[in-house]
Amino acid sequence: MILKPRLEDLKIIGFYLGKIILGLAFTMVIPILTGLFCKEFNPALDFIIGIEISVFIGLLLLKVCRTDKDLNWMQGMIVVSLSWVVAMFLGAVPLYLSGHWNSFLDACFDAMSGFATTGLVLVQDLDHLSYTHNLWRHLIMFLGGQGIVVIALSLFVRGFSGAFKMYVGEARDEKIMPNVIHTSRFIWTVSIVFLILGTLALGITGVLNGMKPFNSFFHGACIFMTAFDTGGFSPQSQSILYYHSLAYEVITIIIMVLGALNFKLHYHLWTGNRKEIFKNIETSALFITIIATFSIVAVGLAQIGSYPSVATLFRKGFYQLISGHTGTGFQTIYPQQFILNWNHLALVGVILAMALGGAVCSTTGAIKMLRIGIIFKAFKEDLKRIIMPERALIIEKFHHIKEVFLEDKMVRSALIITLAYIILYVLGALVGMFYGHPFLNALFESTSAAANVGLSCGITNIAMPAGLKVTYIIQMWAGRLEFMSVFTILGFLIATIKGK
Amino acid sequence: MKIHYKLPLLILLLTLVAYPMTPVFAKSMSSNELIKNTKEYDGKSVTYTGEVVGEVMLRGEFAWVNINDGDNALGVWMGASLAKEIKFAGNYKNRGDNLEITGIFHGACLEHGGDLDIHAQVVRKLGNGRIISQRLNSDKKNLSLILFGALLLIWILTLFRHR
Repeated sequence: MILKPRLEDLKIIGFYLGKIILGLAFTMVIPILTGLFCKEFNPALDFIIGIEISVFIGLLLLKVCRTDKDLNWMQGMIVVSLSWVVAMFLGAVPLYLSGHWNSFLDACFDAMSGFATTGLVLVQDLDHLSYTHNLWRHLIMFLGGQGIVVIALSLFVRGFSGAFKMYVGEARDEKIMPNVIHTSRFIWTVSIVFLILGTLALGITGVLNGMKPFNSFFHGACIFMTAFDTGGFSPQSQSILYYHSLAYEVITIIIMVLGALNFKLHYHLWTGNRKEIFKNIETSALFITIIATFSIVAVGLAQIGSYPSVATLFRKGFYQLISGHTGTGFQTIYPQQFILNWNHLALVGVILAMALGGAVCSTTGAIKMLRIGIIFKAFKEDLKRIIMPERALIIEKFHHIKEVFLEDKMVRSALIITLAYIILYVLGALVGMFYGHPFLNALFESTSAAANVGLSCGITNIAMPAGLKVTYIIQMWAGRLEFMSVFTILGFLIATIKGK
Repeated sequence: MKIHYKLPLLILLLTLVAYPMTPVFAKSMSSNELIKNTKEYDGKSVTYTGEVVGEVMLRGEFAWVNINDGDNALGVWMGASLAKEIKFAGNYKNRGDNLEITGIFHGACLEHGGDLDIHAQVVRKLGNGRIISQRLNSDKKNLSLILFGALLLIWILTLFRHR
C-alpha cells in the first residue's frame, strides 16, 4: 500500500527548502557589490529584485513550515531535487530582467545550465552583457558545481543528521571527512585555493596576451570558476576562441582536469599521499578513456583532413575532447564546425567522451569513471570465471583510496546508473529527432545536456522549440542529481496522487 | 642604391602577378556564410563587416581584434598600426567601432593553431563607436521598492508572531 504524504512531510520539506533559498539569496549580494563597484546600476537593481523575491519566498517558507524535526531520507532527497528547480527559477529572475534573454524560459534554461554546470546557452548579445550579470552566470556554475546544498550546509547549517541525506541527494555519496559539514568546508577550501591560483595564472596570461588588467583578471576569475566546476560558460560569445592563445588553452585544460578529479583524491594529494593518483581506479580509467576517445577523434579528423597539420589537428581535437570528457564545454571551434568540419567518427569520439565524464565526487556529470572501472572489473571477473576451473576462487579488487573487494551490489549499482544515463541520452536524442534533427546531431546535443557538458553542435539556439528547451532542462537537472533525488520526487508525486 | 630601388619594384611586380590569382569576394560576407563554407573560402580574400567587441589584444607588431556581425564574432589578425585606429570596443557600456575588413580567410589557420580567422589587409572604419548612456530604469526601481515593502511586512509579522 502506498502511503499518502502527510502535512508534516510537506512542512519539513518546505522548512529546509526555505533555508536553502535564503542561502541562495545570500549569494546574490556578490553581483550587487560588483554592480555597484562597476557603476552598473541597472544590473545591480536586477539583483536587488532577485534577492528580495528570494528572501521573501525563503522567509515565507520558514514561517509557514516552521519545524524542529530532522529530515528523513525521502524528505532529504525531495528537498535537494526541489532546491535545484527553485534555484533555477530564482536564479533566472535577474538574468531575465537584463533583457538579454528572449523569454523567461530562455533565462531558466541558462540558469539551470549554470547551476547544473552544463554550459549550453540561449543568451543574446553576450558580448554586451554587464560585468554584474556575467559574474552571476559564472558564479552560479561555481556554486552549482560545489552543490547548492553544500553551500547551505557550509554556511547555514550547524550540524544535523539530515545534512548527510541532502549531501547524498546532490550526487555526492563519498564523505571525505567523518563529518559531512567538514567535508563541505573542505570542498570549499580546495575550491577557493584553486580559485586564487587559477585566477592569477589566467589573469597574468591575459595581461601578457594584451588584455587590460581589470578585464584580464575578471575573465580569469570567471573562466576559472567555470573550468574548475566543469561548467563551460565564458564571458564572451566565442568561448575560449576569444583569447586566441595557446597558453590560455593549456591552463584551462589543467584546470578542467583538476575539476574532473575526485575531491577525495584532492584530499589525499593535499595531505601528501601523491601515489594515490597513480593507483586510483578513477585516474587510470580517465587516462585510458581519454587516450581511447582521442584516438577515435584523431582518426576521424585525419580522415576528413579539416586541419592543415598534425599540430593543429591535435590542438583542436584534443581541446574539444578534454572539454567534453571533463564535462566542461569550452570550445575553440564554432558549434556548426562540429557538423560541417568534423566527420561522424570524430563526433562519435566526442559523444563517447561526454557520455563517460570524470570522477565521482567531482564537479563533472555523466556516468563517471568509478562506475566505468567497476563495470570493467566485473567483466574481467566474469571472463576469469569462464576461463578458470570451476573450483577456483575468483576475487577481484580495485584501488579507490583503499583496496576494495568487488561486490555484486557495487556492480549492480554502477550498471543501474549507467543504464539510466544511457536511457536519458537516447530519450533526449529521440526528442531532438522528433523536432527534425539528424540522429547524430540530436544524440550529440542530448548527451551534452544530460552529461552536463555544454558542447554544442548548433542545435541549442533561441529558435529551438520550447519542447526541446524543456527537454534539455529536465536532462540537465536529472543528469546533475544522478537520478536518485529525481526518482524520489516522482515517487512522492505518485504517492500524493495514489496514496491512501 | 640600385639594389634598394629594384627590390620594391620586384615586390610590386610579384604582387600584381599574384593578386588576380586570389579571388576577392567584394560583397561583405556574413560570419555564418564563412563558418558554413570554410573550404570554399579558405585562403581567399573576403570582406567582412561588424562591430569590434571585447578589447583589442596587442601581440607585438600585430593584434587580435574580435569582430561581431550580429550572429558570431570572428577573430581578425591585423597589424598593430591598423588596430590603433580602433577607439571603441563593444561591451556593456560601449558600442564598438564598426569596421569593414578585407583580408585572407582561413578555415583552419596554420599560423594560429587551426583557428578560423581572417588576416586583415585593409581595414576601413564604417562607423565610430560610442558610449551607451545608462539611465536608472524607473520600473525596476519601483518594483524593488514594492518588494522591499513586502519584505518589511513579513519581518513585522515575524516579530508579531514571536511575541
